[in-house]
Order: sequence, then structure tokens, then C-alpha cells
Amino acid sequence: MPSNPTPLAEASADPAEPRHIHAALTRTSTGNEDLRELESGLDSLQSDAARKNRIDWSRILLPIAALVVLMLAWQFYVSLGLKRRDLVPGPLDVAAQVGVLWNEGKLQEAVWTSLQRGLVGFVISVAIATPVGLLLAQVAPLRRAFGPLISGLQVLPSVAWVPAAIIWFGLTDATVYFVVFMGAIPSIINGLISGVDQIPPQYRRVGTVLGASRLEMALQIILPAALPGYLGGLKQGWAFSWRSLMAAEIIAVGGTIGFGLGSLLDQGRILSDMTVVMSAILLILAVGILIELLVFGPIEKRLLRSRGLLAGSTR
Amino acid sequence: MPVVLEHLGKRFGDGAPVLDDVNATIGKGEFVALLGASGCGKSTLLNIIAGLEPPSSGALEVPSDGAAFMFQDAALFPWLTARENIELALKLRGVGKADRKAKAQELLELVHLGAAGDKRPHELSGGMRQRVSLARSLAQDRQLLLMDEPFAALDAITRDLLHDELERIWKETGRTIVFVTHNVREAVRLGQRVLLLSSRPGRVVQEWAVTEEHRTDAGLAGQLTGVITARLREEIRRHAK
Repeated sequence: MPSNPTPLAEASADPAEPRHIHAALTRTSTGNEDLRELESGLDSLQSDAARKNRIDWSRILLPIAALVVLMLAWQFYVSLGLKRRDLVPGPLDVAAQVGVLWNEGKLQEAVWTSLQRGLVGFVISVAIATPVGLLLAQVAPLRRAFGPLISGLQVLPSVAWVPAAIIWFGLTDATVYFVVFMGAIPSIINGLISGVDQIPPQYRRVGTVLGASRLEMALQIILPAALPGYLGGLKQGWAFSWRSLMAAEIIAVGGTIGFGLGSLLDQGRILSDMTVVMSAILLILAVGILIELLVFGPIEKRLLRSRGLLAGSTR
Repeated sequence: MPVVLEHLGKRFGDGAPVLDDVNATIGKGEFVALLGASGCGKSTLLNIIAGLEPPSSGALEVPSDGAAFMFQDAALFPWLTARENIELALKLRGVGKADRKAKAQELLELVHLGAAGDKRPHELSGGMRQRVSLARSLAQDRQLLLMDEPFAALDAITRDLLHDELERIWKETGRTIVFVTHNVREAVRLGQRVLLLSSRPGRVVQEWAVTEEHRTDAGLAGQLTGVITARLREEIRRHAK
């Protein structure tokens, strides 16, 4: 670089330079103002510039494209005419059936009944499972005693409780809720416990050093620290309650049990109307996807981002 | 005398003793560097002084209100901002809600982070995190501050600055500081006294005073660093097979 003067000569000509060298060599304290300046320079060098949040269209367009591809493949398969049309209806047939169900008001009734039950059952499950999970995670003897049972209950399909529930509660809403609880509660408890297990031991030590009491430790440190695992448990708990609910509605029909999506599905089976069956299945799936997209997805993303855990993930 | 250790010993289970016959006295407002190779039980000794672990034998005298503690990793809570982390320490100490805000801001200013209070730990650099951690341990408002290799994981430039920073804060607040390190230069740079711990079992084998002359005369400080390093290496060599 011929245009530049030699940097060495320039540096020694600077009158401020010797002061810095002097301070660095003798290791007497750098002056307060000097220190503040140095630190803020270093801070800005070491911090990332704030990134702007923009709408990422690929996040919206790619799933829609995937859906369109699947629909086209489905329609293509049906139009080959390999199977009878009443056994394998095409997407257009199913869409028409959904329109009919909507006009009859059946669709709204079924979705509303199921969604309401699912949410009420889930909220009650959370209210029961959270204190129980915290207690089990914090008290070692309780954990040793009941841990295997809770894990086992999570493996047991909650549909297995339907016959027992029908015998105990008859064809009432109590049957449905019982099955939902048996599905959701163990998985929320397990999520919370594994969330607590993954807390870095350092956090508890800091809590002790800062003088936290047992209750303060549980509420101010353990619970917020376990939040990502707990949220995972909630997500799974919701999935389990939704699944259990559908199973219960399919099996237990009649009595005072209202008309839910599971009932719609069972009705389709009885009428041997494949379009109704397919409509019900797709509606059950759609509710699941919507809850994930509108409720759990944003909460989880916010939680992970605020803790700096999202960097490099493919979410 | 805030800290007196007499014939302190520690063993875990039936294993070999980690600490054996540790004797030391640390005066009020003193800055003591505790130096040793790996496995000398430095961290165990700090934990005992902090009251996190009981000693197996011997006696110790520590301030009745306990000690503030600063760890090697900042150990800030990731779900709280820098300010909230400091406020939590104040809250757990029982400071009222109204005072907390002002006090937290004051502490942030003290570590030159007045403008970064609303950032989350992951948005801060390692040096900034460690300064928040320092502010948090000052929020505990204990006379005695224990530091367990707090700058070991930082880059050299940041560490040098934090040495200046810590010295300034020590002079401003008049705390008694016990600073554990395995870096001889760091010990000489910061401590008024350097205690050398032997390894397996840990025991105070020698101590040096670092005078004002050492602080202003780089040659003298280098000489002392050399002497201490030689003694430390002798301790390490004893364990060669």
C-alpha cells in the first residue's frame, strides 16, 4: 500500500500514545474514565449487532406448497381409477362433503364440542399435574416411589381406560374427561420432571448462595429454569389429551355424551360414508395443527429466543 | 478478623483427604489470592468458607452473615435480564421493591453496564456477563466476597481490563476478597497476599506479600512471579511418578 504513510511513524507521533503504554506496562490501575472507555469499546466489539425481525415468507409458503403437492398426488391417484370411488374419495369429494357438513351445522357442533372438552380437560390436567410434578421432582423419596408408575402410565394408551370409565361413569362427559386426564396428566408430570432434571446444578448453587428459601428456590429458580422442558411436557400433554379424547368419542357414543369429532367419525363408519370419515380425520388433524401453530409454536419460540437457545436451529 | 481457618481438613467419604491442616487468617478489607495447581482443593476450600460444605475436621471462623460468591461461569439466570438478575439477588436478600430498582441501577453503573441492563445474558459478551455476575455478588452486600476463578474463561484482553475493574471496585467498596486462581500472574496482579496451596492434600505451604512497589515496578513484579512459579512447579513435580 504505497499511498499509506508508515503506520509505525504515525503511532509514535501521537501524543496520547505513551500514556496508554505506560499504564499497561506498570499495571497501576488504569484511570476510571479510561477504563470505562476501554470497556465500552470492548463491549461493542464483542456484542452482536441487533438483528431485525422480518417476515420469513419461506416459513409460510413452503408448508402451503407441501400441502398442494400432497393434494395433487392424492387427486392424481384417485383419477387413475384403481379403486372404487366410494372407497377412496378424492380431495374434491371430501371438500364437497365438508361443505355439506358445514351447511348442516354438524361440523361446527362437532369441532366446538371436541375443542371445548379438549381444552377444559387439558387445563384441569395442567392444574393437577404441575404441583404434583414439582413435588415429585423436588422430593427424592416420592420420586423414587412414584416415578416408575408415572412413566408407566405414560406408556399405557389411555384408550385402555375407556371400558373401565364407561362401567364407572356410564355414557356421560365424566367418561370422556377421565380418559383425557389419564392421557394428559402423566405426560405433563414427566415433562416437568425431566425439565427439572436438566437444570444446570449451578443454578441451585447460585440460589443457595443468594440465600433462597426452599419455596423461593422452587418458584423463583427451579420452575423458570425448567420452563423449556415443562413446555415440552405441556405440548405432549395436549397431544395426549386430544388423542385420548378422540378415542373416547369414537368408542363411547350416545347417552349424554355430546356430538364431537370422534362421534362424527364413528357416524361416518356406521353409514359407510368414506367422505364423512375422511372429513372427520382431516378436521381432527387440522385442529391439532392449528393449536400447534397458534398456541404452542409462538410460545415456545419466544421462550427459546429469550434464552438464546434458537441460534442455529432449523425452526 | 473476618476469616480464620484452623487445622481445617476435608475428605469426601473414605477417599484421600482433599484438604489437610489448612491454616490461614484473612484480615478485614484484605485481598488474598489463593493459588494452586489443579486438584489442590481450592474450590472445596471456598465452598467451606461459603458454608456450602462442612469441613471434616478443624475449626473456622467466618462472618456470621455468610459470604458472597462469584463463580467461574457467570451463572446468570437466562430467563432474566441483567438488571433482573441483580434484582433477584436483592429480593432474596429481603430488599424492598422500591429500593431494588435504584440499587440495581447503581450496581450496573458501578460495573460500567448502566446501558446494558435490559439485555439478556445470551446477548452479552463473556466479559459483560462476568461483570453482571460481579454486580450480583455485590448486591448480596456481604463484607466477604469469594471468587472462584472468575476470569479463567475470558480472553486475555478482557481479563486484563477486568483486573483493573476488580481492583477499582475493591478499593471503592472495601470488601474482603478471597480470589482463587491457578494463574500466578493474576495472583500477583490482584492479591495483597498470595497463598500457595499444595496439591493432594491441599495445605497452605507458603505465602508472599505483594507490596505497592510490586504494583508500580514491572520488573519487581516479574521477579516475584518467577519465584512463585518456581515454588508452584516444585509442588507439582512432587507428584511425578
